[in-house]
Amino acid sequence: MNGSTIIFYLLASFTLVSAVLAVTTRQIFRAAIFLLFTLIGVAGLYFWMQYDFIAAVQIVVYVGGITVLIIFSIFLTQQAGDLLPKQKMSRQLFAALASFCGFALIMLQVYQHTFIGNATQALPPTVANIGNKMLGVDDDGYALPFEVVSILLLAALVGCIVIAMRSKPEENIIKQ
Amino acid sequence: MPEPGLYHLLFISAALFFIGMFGFFTRRNLVTMLMSIELILNSVNINFIAFNKYLWPNKMDGLFFVIFVIAIAAAEAAVAIAIIINLYRSHGSIDVEKAEELKY
Repeated sequence: MNGSTIIFYLLASFTLVSAVLAVTTRQIFRAAIFLLFTLIGVAGLYFWMQYDFIAAVQIVVYVGGITVLIIFSIFLTQQAGDLLPKQKMSRQLFAALASFCGFALIMLQVYQHTFIGNATQALPPTVANIGNKMLGVDDDGYALPFEVVSILLLAALVGCIVIAMRSKPEENIIKQ
Repeated sequence: MPEPGLYHLLFISAALFFIGMFGFFTRRNLVTMLMSIELILNSVNINFIAFNKYLWPNKMDGLFFVIFVIAIAAAEAAVAIAIIINLYRSHGSIDVEKAEELKY
C-alpha cells in the first residue's frame, strides 16, 4: 500500500460522500457547495490518472463556470434560508431502491466481464498531442467535431440571451 | 486495500451515476435536478478517461469525448438556467410540480 493508493481512496471517498450529501441535503445552497466539492474530487481523480489537461479543463469549466452559474441562479430564484420541501418517504424509498438495484446490476456485469485492451506504445496525453489531434484533418483528427461544438456553443449563447431576455411591456399587453 | 485499477474507477463512476439518478428522482426543484444531471455527466467522463487510460493508452478518443462532453454540458447548463429563470419569472417558483400546464 503506497501513497498513490492512499490518495486514490481518499479522493474516491471524498467525491462519493460529497455527492451523496449534494443530493440529500435540504438546504439548496449547501447542495451547490457539496456539488462543488464533488467536482473538485473528480478533478483530483483526473490528476491521479495523470490526465492533467482534462483535470484543468474540469476545474476551469465545471468548478469555475457551471457551479458559479448554479449559485447565481439559486440567488435569483430562492428565498434566503428556505429549506427544500420534504419529499414523500415512499418516493425516496423507491428512488433509493431503483438506484441501488441499477448499481448492483451494473457492478455485477462489470465484475463478470474481463476487459481486453491494447497496451502497446502509449501515447501520452500531453497538451501538444491533444492540440495536434484536436485540429488534425486526417483520419483520426477532430477538426470537424471541434467546429461543430464551437457552432453549438455560439447557438447556446444566443439562445440563452433570447430565452432570458425580458420581453417588452407593450408586447405583453397586446398578447393579453 | 488492493491497488486501484480500472474496476475501482468503474465502481466510482457507477456509484456517482446512480447517486445522480437518485437525486433526479427525489428532487423536485429544477436547480437541484440540474445538479444531479451534472453528477451523471461527470460519472460518464470518469468512465471515458478510465477506459482510455487502462485499455487504449495508444489512442486519445476517450479524452476527446470528455472534452466535447464538457463543452456540451456547459452549453446545456447555460440554456437550462436561462429556462429556469424564465420559468421563475412567469410562475414565481421553480418547483416542477407547479409547472404542469403541458401535462394534460
